[in-house]
Amino acid sequence: MANPVHIVVCAGIVPDPLQTLEPLSTPNGPGIKNEMVLPAVLDPWAASALYEAGALAAKNPGSKVWLVSLGPKGKLQQVMMTVAQKVPFELVPIDGPIGGFPDAHSTAAVLAATIDALPGLDKTKLLLFGGWESATRGAGVTLQLVGERLGITEQFQGVDEIDLRDDGSFTVLERVEGGKHQVSVCSAAPAVLGWATGNLPEPRNNPQVGMANMRSIMPALQKAKPTTLEPNGLSYISTSLPKQQRVTRVEKNLSPDEIAAELVDWIGAE
Amino acid sequence: MTIRFDEDNHSASGLAFETWAPVTDPETEAEIDRPSMEVDIACAGFGPAMGGFLTTLSQAWTNNPADPAFESQVMPGMPLQVLCYERADDISSGVSGVVTRAQGIRSSFPDLNVAEIPMGAEVGEERVLYLLDPIGASRRSLTLRVADKSLRLAGSLLGVKDSAFELPWTPAFLHKHGGLVLSMGQFNQWVGSQLMATGMVQIWPGSPVSAPLFSGNKVEGLRLADQGVDKDGAPSDGFMAGMDIRAKLTVVGDGPVGAVGQALDRKLGLPKGHAKSEWAMGMKMVIELPEESDLKPGTVWHTFGYPEPEIFGFLYVHPDRLVSVGIFVPSWMSDPSRTAYRYLQHYIQHPVLWKVLKDGTLRSWGAKSLEESGRHGEPFLTGDGFARIGEGSGSTNMLTGSGVDEAWTTGIQLGESVIELLRAGKPFTHENLASTYEARRRASWVERGAREAENARNGFQSGMVKGMIGMALAGLTGGKLALGAHIPLPHKQIRLFPSNSVEGLKRKDVAEIALADGRPLHDALLSARGWPEIDFDGRLLISQQDALLLGGKVQAMPGFADHVLFRDQNLCIVCPEKTCVSMCSGQAITEGEDGLPAFEREKCIHCGGCLWNCSQSPDGVHTNVDFQAGSGGLHSAEN
Repeated sequence: MANPVHIVVCAGIVPDPLQTLEPLSTPNGPGIKNEMVLPAVLDPWAASALYEAGALAAKNPGSKVWLVSLGPKGKLQQVMMTVAQKVPFELVPIDGPIGGFPDAHSTAAVLAATIDALPGLDKTKLLLFGGWESATRGAGVTLQLVGERLGITEQFQGVDEIDLRDDGSFTVLERVEGGKHQVSVCSAAPAVLGWATGNLPEPRNNPQVGMANMRSIMPALQKAKPTTLEPNGLSYISTSLPKQQRVTRVEKNLSPDEIAAELVDWIGAE
Repeated sequence: MTIRFDEDNHSASGLAFETWAPVTDPETEAEIDRPSMEVDIACAGFGPAMGGFLTTLSQAWTNNPADPAFESQVMPGMPLQVLCYERADDISSGVSGVVTRAQGIRSSFPDLNVAEIPMGAEVGEERVLYLLDPIGASRRSLTLRVADKSLRLAGSLLGVKDSAFELPWTPAFLHKHGGLVLSMGQFNQWVGSQLMATGMVQIWPGSPVSAPLFSGNKVEGLRLADQGVDKDGAPSDGFMAGMDIRAKLTVVGDGPVGAVGQALDRKLGLPKGHAKSEWAMGMKMVIELPEESDLKPGTVWHTFGYPEPEIFGFLYVHPDRLVSVGIFVPSWMSDPSRTAYRYLQHYIQHPVLWKVLKDGTLRSWGAKSLEESGRHGEPFLTGDGFARIGEGSGSTNMLTGSGVDEAWTTGIQLGESVIELLRAGKPFTHENLASTYEARRRASWVERGAREAENARNGFQSGMVKGMIGMALAGLTGGKLALGAHIPLPHKQIRLFPSNSVEGLKRKDVAEIALADGRPLHDALLSARGWPEIDFDGRLLISQQDALLLGGKVQAMPGFADHVLFRDQNLCIVCPEKTCVSMCSGQAITEGEDGLPAFEREKCIHCGGCLWNCSQSPDGVHTNVDFQAGSGGLHSAEN
């Protein structure tokens, strides 16, 4: 028996993970050099949440998926060209800053207010999805704060699976240490689920889904309201990228064991 | 796997394209249940030509949305449903930096402010430099060696500096005054964003188009590539048959190696006397210059003479201390040891370039095939239900070295023609498209330029010196005078060395050593030729594999089939040249233990070089490589 749910996915956009990033200081705080030039993608963690939402909605006819995304509207439009063929959703764009540096409380406040005002959203059926991490700065708290502001107390992080039952209850698998999962049973929506990678592959591009999605995406983007985020006293002392080292060397005489030993030493020295 | 050809059925109208089929042919493959969708206009490939077409169409609609001509026939009450499918994972990926006169682009955007386009600049200083060989490894003819020696002897008088001689006068046909330096990745992104914002056009990257949908010789839309298949194309996990996008008009702008364009050439042949015989591999880096650099944005250098006489090069300066630096390795460079990456590394280290590039950092890297046959390679531009625009339609002008503006303009011409036909309520038949689009194109500056350039490069088949003379003749006389030439098919342009010749044995030894060492073939070949080893600095001088990741950001989505196939593997095993391996831009093709080339889709940057860098032919006409629609490739947007 179908069990329709209303799934709201909070997803930001980030530079394509293969890009070379360089942090810099701007008058408005830290930023990424040329970020508007770099190709962007939906935050990979949140993208998993979107694909899981699409699959869950498909299994439960009558369900609906909203994608709430805060970022520069031009960049959101670009990202939609690569995302909108994946699963059916309604985009709720918020024209705001990029970069992952704004204060998580300010971001959460804007997201919560937007979700709260979504026409047709039944909060008794609400599953709030997002990534448990982010490929930008990884504050790791925004989704929880959105849930708190919406009054949702059932929260799960590092989710890899949800099994929705006919009576509206559901089982959630959350990642815990040691490569294991904690199994929780929740009696009913609403709930917050911060997704890890999930178990689903990236959906194939479906032109029909894309065409249908785009009919509502473009008008929504045109209507997106510019939003500023208050720093709330947040300031950054410094920013840096995770240290990366590349050493290219051609070795002709070392055995695989010797190479492995040298690699271990190299990694251990970090 | 099938190879079909019929030697008795060579076409009187040019080459026997219709007698040949790809390794996997959408027309003959087993029937599977395919979803389909109807739109008004289906487009293959998003590049400058498609940008020009869609901009023209959407601007006309935006100016008058109530115009009934723009009402969809497949969705009455809605505007035209125009869908464009692009192979690359993003519309900003997989393209190149250019300098262009931009007259067509400016006609679409009369108030264009180049500062709005990241990495865009107005053309400023232009220089043409002849590069001497500072190393002594270059394969120079006796004539050239004598000329070089004379230049060196008279160096101080002639102004030879840093092993480079600046031409005191640059012919007008080479100038790009009033033009633009652009990153095509950024330009495409800028154009695409505006198009999408109109709401009329949908552009879908990451969606390779495998073939046109034929009904006889009529085109009725496009078939997207299957997803969820294994490397051989067999259904696998999450199989999703490629959708058929049916349309009254199919616009083909998928470039020189696009699957749709190739399929049309196979089906219809080429006009009499036409052949796609001339190619070049353009490979480039985008480099961030050191802070003390004083190169001004808009600066343009054209070079020739080094690293080999046949290789032309360029340096374009973008804003924010970024430069595009690259080379063109042409098909008329008959050496079977063709390569691009190692040559590019030597090129940037030429003293005149290294002086400005030293201490720079690699930001991006990429490569693409250029179809350089111009009018000689022009296919049938229109047919029932389809029209071809851009580079794949033979629009590139090889005298002026210009392709983007010509491509854009062919898009405008088709856009205007489609609007005219829509307003007249006329169908997209061959006759109607020919009397509008072809007529516009024939009457335009694109055609005039193409005719002037038609035979400008003939001399290059006989060497660089004769080639330059031929180019000057054609350029200075507006194409009235030109050298004659017989231009062989691509596979016949590769010089073959008998396996027992000194050169043949040397190549064999080098190949065996490279295989044993795991060293790239192109690298080993050039080292054996006397080129010095590259002293990696980890920032600008890096291995080709590092360039894939640090520069090109290359990756491939799972679930698509291999798009490079070798028709007759027996030919590959006995092939002594293995030019597909040495020339592969991404080292995606390597030599396997059994002599067969091995293809790794994850490294392919979709330059299409393998299509014309193959000395073997199963039918005497086409090379032994089948280059099909594929997913993935470059992810850098700064190209």
